[in-house]
Amino acid sequence: MSDAHLLVLSPYIALAATAVVVMLTTAFYHRHLLLAGLTATGLAATFACVLVAGAEDRRATALLRMNDVSLYFIGLLVVVALAVVALSYGYLGRTERRFGDFYTLLTLGALGGAVLAASAHFASLFLGLEVLSVSLYGLIAYPRRRPQAVEAAFKYLVLAAVTSAMLLFGMALVYAVSGTMLLDKVASAGAGLAGWEAAAYKAGLALVFAGVGFKLALVPFHMWTPDVYQGGPAPVIAFLAAASKAAVFVVLLQSLAPLDPQRGGVLVVVLSVVAYASMLAGNLLALFQQNLKRLLAYSSIAQLGYLVVAVVSSGAAGGARGAGTVAVAFYLTIYALALLAAFGVIAVLAHAEGEPEALSQYRGLGHRRPALALVLSVSLLSLAGMPLTAGFIGKFFIFRAGAGAAQWGLLVVFALTSAMSLYYYLRVIITMYRLEVAPYAAALATSPGGMSAGRRAADRVAVAALVLLTASTLLLGVYPPVLLRLIEHAASVFR
Amino acid sequence: MMLTILTFLPVAGALLMLIFMRGRPNAYKMTALVTTIITFAVSLYIAAQFTTGDASFQFQEDHSWIGNLGIHYHVGVDGISLLLVLLTTLLSMVAILGTWNSIKDRGLAFFISLLVLETGMIGVFVSMDLFLFYLFWEIQLIPMYFIIGIWGGARRVYAAIKFFLYTFAGSVLMLVAILAIVWWYSRHGGFLTFDILTLQKAGFNGTIALWSFAAFFVAFAIKVPMFPVHTWLPDAHTEAPTAGSVILAGVLLKMGVYGMIRFCIGFFPEVAVRAMMPVVILSVIAIVYGAAMSLIQPDMKRLVAYSSVSHMGFVTLGLFTFTVQGVQGAILQMVSHGILTGALFMMVGFFYDRTHTRLIKDYGGMARPMPVAAAFFSLFVLGSLGLPGLAGFVGEFLILVGSFQYYKVFAAVASIGIIIGAAYLLWMYQRTMFQQANEKWLSLKDLNAREIVTLVPLVGMAIWIGIYPHTFLNMVDAPAQNILTQVQPYLAQHGDGLVRMVSALFGGAK
Repeated sequence: MSDAHLLVLSPYIALAATAVVVMLTTAFYHRHLLLAGLTATGLAATFACVLVAGAEDRRATALLRMNDVSLYFIGLLVVVALAVVALSYGYLGRTERRFGDFYTLLTLGALGGAVLAASAHFASLFLGLEVLSVSLYGLIAYPRRRPQAVEAAFKYLVLAAVTSAMLLFGMALVYAVSGTMLLDKVASAGAGLAGWEAAAYKAGLALVFAGVGFKLALVPFHMWTPDVYQGGPAPVIAFLAAASKAAVFVVLLQSLAPLDPQRGGVLVVVLSVVAYASMLAGNLLALFQQNLKRLLAYSSIAQLGYLVVAVVSSGAAGGARGAGTVAVAFYLTIYALALLAAFGVIAVLAHAEGEPEALSQYRGLGHRRPALALVLSVSLLSLAGMPLTAGFIGKFFIFRAGAGAAQWGLLVVFALTSAMSLYYYLRVIITMYRLEVAPYAAALATSPGGMSAGRRAADRVAVAALVLLTASTLLLGVYPPVLLRLIEHAASVFR
Repeated sequence: MMLTILTFLPVAGALLMLIFMRGRPNAYKMTALVTTIITFAVSLYIAAQFTTGDASFQFQEDHSWIGNLGIHYHVGVDGISLLLVLLTTLLSMVAILGTWNSIKDRGLAFFISLLVLETGMIGVFVSMDLFLFYLFWEIQLIPMYFIIGIWGGARRVYAAIKFFLYTFAGSVLMLVAILAIVWWYSRHGGFLTFDILTLQKAGFNGTIALWSFAAFFVAFAIKVPMFPVHTWLPDAHTEAPTAGSVILAGVLLKMGVYGMIRFCIGFFPEVAVRAMMPVVILSVIAIVYGAAMSLIQPDMKRLVAYSSVSHMGFVTLGLFTFTVQGVQGAILQMVSHGILTGALFMMVGFFYDRTHTRLIKDYGGMARPMPVAAAFFSLFVLGSLGLPGLAGFVGEFLILVGSFQYYKVFAAVASIGIIIGAAYLLWMYQRTMFQQANEKWLSLKDLNAREIVTLVPLVGMAIWIGIYPHTFLNMVDAPAQNILTQVQPYLAQHGDGLVRMVSALFGGAK
């Protein structure tokens, strides 16, 4: 292993080292600030490693392929994890007494995601997915005195285990007939097969796709999402929604990259159907939700549907591949920003007994905590795709990619469901700015003053992180070139 | 720089208010008012510097914004957009002065919404880049949604959501159309650009032109609103607070027509000519239907709202006759409708501030306690029903002259709308101002100085347009001729056939 290899792998080394250090420190000094600080430092160091790892397309090991796209997403994962640390610090301080394992699990989850982002092989795909999922079981069940959280974790555990089994079986089938586990060979390995071998190959791919679909919560594999989102602790769900989905999505994007669009006919059809179903079901089910967390769950199903539109378009002929990748990378970024901010607001408003979930609890929040209401409004508007927020630019790119691939049917549904989505996002916003104030929001007015100094500081850290996320959402909406240059450079590996 | 300053002045004022004037109503109201006055002054200055008789865009500014997508910050005005900008700045000023004391709860947010709305509206009229246009088009939706949804009447949330869903559905269709034509142009010999002037010369034809025209047209027809898609308007108008109704009727509806002129006709003249007939029919239906609906409304605001449907029907009728008189009349009718309907809503607002009812049957004999108000009201009512010498007459007259050249029958039917208009407006005036006095209202105070100052500019404009419309017709003459030159070749091709068809159907041949 040469120095260059070490450099490429340095983000993984940094993440793994952080996990170990935090775990060991937990055993001896159980101080919350120290643990959170160590985690944040480790993540920051990882981000520095991502910056210096600057990679050409090179296979770091047989399992990992590091290119600019994977590096971009590892960077995104690390930033998301950092934001989750900032949100969790206050949240855990208010609701829990043990902290250490939380940060270890979080770092491990980020590590799993990072492996996924660069996986080039079935083995690394599976490993990454399992590391990510197993840490998520622990994270979701972390408030173990809260039955909803434990229930959500079990639901996730059972379904994810079934999914993993399907994934493994699918991989086995594909390997049995094609003899390869390399992702970029798998896609084209089916060409020469016939008879039962072709059938087994197709069944294997279908199973693998179902496994990925479960993780992404695409319709028809979305059933777990609302329950898990509702039961899990808000910062963890923010991580689940933003980081884990982004990581899995990169696999989808990267493994489809060598696929010949002309021969990918069936796959394009399957993806289109999934995109139609996710956009329609997600948005329709969100319309009349009275529970903010469930609403966000359905909305994230719809958002992933939009992303599949971009993936379908990236499979088109000609120069559109770059456009699709740019759309996916940009949209995943702004989706992560928005969901982090939305769940972050819920996390900041949570107390020891639970989190505010019912929309009615948010009535009048705009007068009691104007900053939080503004953060939630901007992130919801961004999810809805309002101009001047990053969401608009993101949707714009998906449109461009779709128009380039002439996917007019998908685009029309995309446009109409986006219009529909505004209804439920705006319902939340107008609830927050209603003139009358709900008891829950009313109680908030007094609580910041009554907090201890430490808690107030933690609250400030979280609010500062949220404001930063919101500011980035707005900045990317007004002047997207700041991020676009980076993404377009990264996406040029697919040209 | 002038147009950029003009566009962003209101937002700058709003920021000032947000940062320095929380909880000081007098300070922020005054700042809001001064901001709109300065904005109005800047727009007057631009108008003074403007060269009339020149069809090209003036005061242009062009900077690259999102370079790799061909998106520019490109603004400029021609006669039509300048006229609408002036209408916007005037009505924003009037709206703020007119609702000085009407908003009791969280006035700061209300006045900030109004200022952001003003920036959005000006931005729509000065944008010369489709992306920028779409951006401003969407931006003005949010404050309007809040204005209706937070400060509106009893059914405000319903009305706000209905308003939003209709207009947003339209704007999504528009976005699809924008991207479709940009994509088409970049594929067919062009490059990636959102520049309106470049795309106007692109010569879209065939399927892309047909579908994009349809999408643009539906988006703008919802905004105008044209006949089958008008149902959001009565609810939005009725529930909105006074300032919201004034801006909605005065400016937002005009954005729909402006879009039709700029994009439906500007980009796809051939399809526009083919669509003449259906649009004219829908317009005539809107004229008569809106007027008939007004006749039976028990609520003053709803009555004025339906009269807007009728009056905007005249605008689309005039525009799609593609005659000099029709197009000029349409543009003038937009301005006079903005002034007069804005004024009517303002008057209803003044009455509502005192009585807290809008139902016609609750009123009666209001001229006794409020003679000054009754005098102003009569002027606006007469102007709105098309009395010669006041603003409403000139536009409607020109439109009827224009449409009579092609569509005698339709012009005749449309003039029935004017007659019904006189009926419902005068009848409302009689039932509210005269007849048996309602005892409750005898002690009401007449208009105060602030309210009179609010109305005076509107009266001035109504009389100016009515007596000397040339000032305004000169401004729009060159751009109107420009529209006609664009459609002329296609009119010669399809138009005669249409006229012959109409003649065959209805007998009244040319």
